[in-house]
Amino acid sequence: MVKRQVVGAHYGLRDWLAQRVTAVIMIVYTVIILSTLAGLPQMDYWQWKVLWHTPLVRFASVLFMASLLLHAWIGVRNIFMDYIKDPALRLTLYVLVIAALFWYAVWFVQILWGL
Amino acid sequence: MSRPRPKYLNLIQIRLPLPGVVSILHRVSGAALFLLLPFLLALFELSLESPRTFGFFKSLASHWSVKLILTGVVWAYLHHLCAGIRHLALDLDYGTELAMARASSWAVLAVSVALTLVVGALIW
Repeated sequence: MVKRQVVGAHYGLRDWLAQRVTAVIMIVYTVIILSTLAGLPQMDYWQWKVLWHTPLVRFASVLFMASLLLHAWIGVRNIFMDYIKDPALRLTLYVLVIAALFWYAVWFVQILWGL
Repeated sequence: MSRPRPKYLNLIQIRLPLPGVVSILHRVSGAALFLLLPFLLALFELSLESPRTFGFFKSLASHWSVKLILTGVVWAYLHHLCAGIRHLALDLDYGTELAMARASSWAVLAVSVALTLVVGALIW
């Protein structure tokens, strides 16, 4: 008999692929944002603010944050699946991680839109 | 007939092969980056809120202890990124032979440390 846990792994391939697609998005973003930073004539507050208010930078950054969210979720969940044996504790940690990641994403958008 | 082989599952006694070292550092660096996310977001917010908070961000980021932590974050990010690229190559069946796997493991360790030193030199 197959003993399945509600917090077990039965969604392997989709997450495996998502982990790689989000990784590639973040690599591309990292290279682009670092070369943009290197191209800034000087680093004062206004240069810095204008950079993060550029629509394209904002869009790319939100895409980066969305990728980070999914990537971190899959990664942290895999760590818990390896080390946390108790289903109740594991589920609690999952909920905490999801809540934290959502909070970070909302926070990041608020920073970028200056709310 | 199979030879009896020594098995060391004790973390102190275990001799992890080089790709294993890169692998566990991939996990450790990923976990560290996740745990440090709120602090990085707080710093990012400070840098963008107003000219005054930007000044505070700059003075905070120029303290040696913060620089040390940020250099550590940079290493974690770069190691995770380089090990991730190695992983993508392995998934595409590049470098799966033992010699290549060892060489690429060395490359991941060396490149991430070298780039961290470059970034460290820039912020110090």
